[in-house]
Amino acid sequence: MNASGVFSWRRFKAVVAKEFVQMRRDRLTFAMLVVMPLMQLVLFGYAINSDPRHLPTAVLSADNSIFSRSVTAAMRNSEYFDILRVVTTRAEAEDLLRTGTAQFVLTIPEDFGTKILRGEKPVLLLEADATDPSATSNAVGAFKEAVRRALDRDLAGAFGNLASSDMAVDLRIHAEYNPEAITQYNIVPGLMGTILTLTLVMITALAITRETERGTMENLLSTPVSPLEVMIGKILPYILVGYIQMTLIMLATRFLFNVPMHGSLVLIYSLSVLFIAANLTIGVTFSTLARNQLQALQMSIFFFMPSMLLTGFMFPFRGMPAWAQVVGSILPLTHYLRLVRGILLKGDGLEQSLTHVWPMALIWLAAVVLGTIFFRRTLD
Amino acid sequence: MNAPQPVIDVRGLTKIFGDKTVVKGLDMRVNQGEIFGFLGPNGSGKTTFIRMLCGLLKPDAGSGTCLGFDIASQNDRIKPHIGYMTQRFSHYEDLTVRENLLFIGRIYGVPDLDRAVAACIERMSLGRYEHQLAGSLSGGWKQRLALSACTLHSPRLLLLDEPTAGVDPGARRDFWDEVHKLAATGVTALITTHYMDEAERCHRLAYIAYGDLLADGTAEELIAQAQLLTYAVSGPGLSPLGERLKELPGVDQVAVFGTNLHVSGRDGEALERSLAPFMAEPLTFRRIPTTLEEVFINLMQQGRKA
Repeated sequence: MNASGVFSWRRFKAVVAKEFVQMRRDRLTFAMLVVMPLMQLVLFGYAINSDPRHLPTAVLSADNSIFSRSVTAAMRNSEYFDILRVVTTRAEAEDLLRTGTAQFVLTIPEDFGTKILRGEKPVLLLEADATDPSATSNAVGAFKEAVRRALDRDLAGAFGNLASSDMAVDLRIHAEYNPEAITQYNIVPGLMGTILTLTLVMITALAITRETERGTMENLLSTPVSPLEVMIGKILPYILVGYIQMTLIMLATRFLFNVPMHGSLVLIYSLSVLFIAANLTIGVTFSTLARNQLQALQMSIFFFMPSMLLTGFMFPFRGMPAWAQVVGSILPLTHYLRLVRGILLKGDGLEQSLTHVWPMALIWLAAVVLGTIFFRRTLD
Repeated sequence: MNAPQPVIDVRGLTKIFGDKTVVKGLDMRVNQGEIFGFLGPNGSGKTTFIRMLCGLLKPDAGSGTCLGFDIASQNDRIKPHIGYMTQRFSHYEDLTVRENLLFIGRIYGVPDLDRAVAACIERMSLGRYEHQLAGSLSGGWKQRLALSACTLHSPRLLLLDEPTAGVDPGARRDFWDEVHKLAATGVTALITTHYMDEAERCHRLAYIAYGDLLADGTAEELIAQAQLLTYAVSGPGLSPLGERLKELPGVDQVAVFGTNLHVSGRDGEALERSLAPFMAEPLTFRRIPTTLEEVFINLMQQGRKA
């Protein structure tokens, strides 16, 4: 019988087998692990997927031509915009936007109609309060289309000689308060990483603290089992759980939200193992620091917050200040979001994906090292 | 046969939690095949001492060996050969009896595990509960499972921390028979207990109070060392009588034993002088041999004064 050693395959297998049995017995937790991602996805997904219309819009107009009237009419007809009022000063318009009374301000310059007729491409400016980009992105898209159609129709009818493939106006859109607009396709694949982060960190954060709380740790520590065996032994069964969650989310993404999938599923599945393992290991590391399950839970939530906010899931990564980007880049979700979005939306292959893979591997390794160091070999 | 091999041999073992010294420079020697009883009031440092022996706590001072290995640096060598039964049930309540034993057996690398577990279940009469979750067992059966689990890998040293607390007398008897059987095969056992009848079944005893080792030896030696003279008093109105006797010179302790009052003192003459005025009807006074229990109550009082 081999007494010592940092890692013994036999003891490792014993821990894994035990964890599987315990996982199977704990039906409620297992059900939660399966149901929670779906629920979150549906709640998040539909909330974000909602396509708000009738957004309050102010018009700052210095022109009263047929063109400016048909632009505003077309916007109204698109159903995305409700023309709230027509203002005459810049200050008034800005105030409406700042206070949120208006979501959009359309600025029609002086001599708009005349300039169109002269072919001078006047600037048509739409300013959006993009605090919640998903609320405005569809409207912005609709705006371009509505203006183009309205002007084409007008020009084709009365001033056929001016109709051309070019836009008759220069459309400018300013997304205020948030320079990068996130589309909803961006968000649903992102949810996969977010949900995995929440559930996986939490489940293992509880795993070791539960042993401490129930007193079984005292027994475990008196046996020859090593920290590495306990840690990895606890992680392995939950990698499987992570994959079950992933599959459910992928199915929902495809069939519930109709998100296009351009890249290889095999690639996404095989590279996800790093992300899943990294999160599970971070959870284990937390559990070696926490004194009880409540603390472990608090730590996972503490970890979840920056994962939501600083990784590019909620706010565009490049829009964050430098320090936040640094914090973000040590969170595995940042890299996983890029990986998943890259593969699913852009159809990235292995080569492009590798840039996002090695940081995750590094984070995982760091978590393993920290977890092993912090693992209390004694009850001190 | 050579001089007995010490299985536990520690000197000056000390453990400090914050500003509280829980174990103060404890010396202890336990020989192979001995059943060593470890007694003392709650919170006296017994559990802490055991935890230091099996590597669960790092001693702040002192040194020594356990099974011939250094307790500070060779924990990994010690662990495979000890069976530690914790005070609180520390096996998995969501695993069955058999699964718990299999887990422990795999961790220790018990050869031919299936047969070993089957034999263990048979020996401890756990067959009826084999496939029951450990969490659903009663206290006595949990304790049996714990003892099975800590003996499955044939350890050379058993560290049993209050193994029979809250267990019915029949189960306690079975348990001690089991321990004696193991000791007969050369296994050493260090057992903490609060029960006097169990203390009497140990080969040797140590009494620890508030971190200090107050006495160490066989039951007879401890009784002799205490040099107590004891009288048993019976009759009506013992409670108020006890309160009055406590105040008298020469009376070190008064304790109720069933319907009797045991009055003991180290200074025999002073004790008898103090008791003389009370020796009249309806009370009866009888001189009795001092038992372990009086000795321990005495030690506990000394410990508190110290």
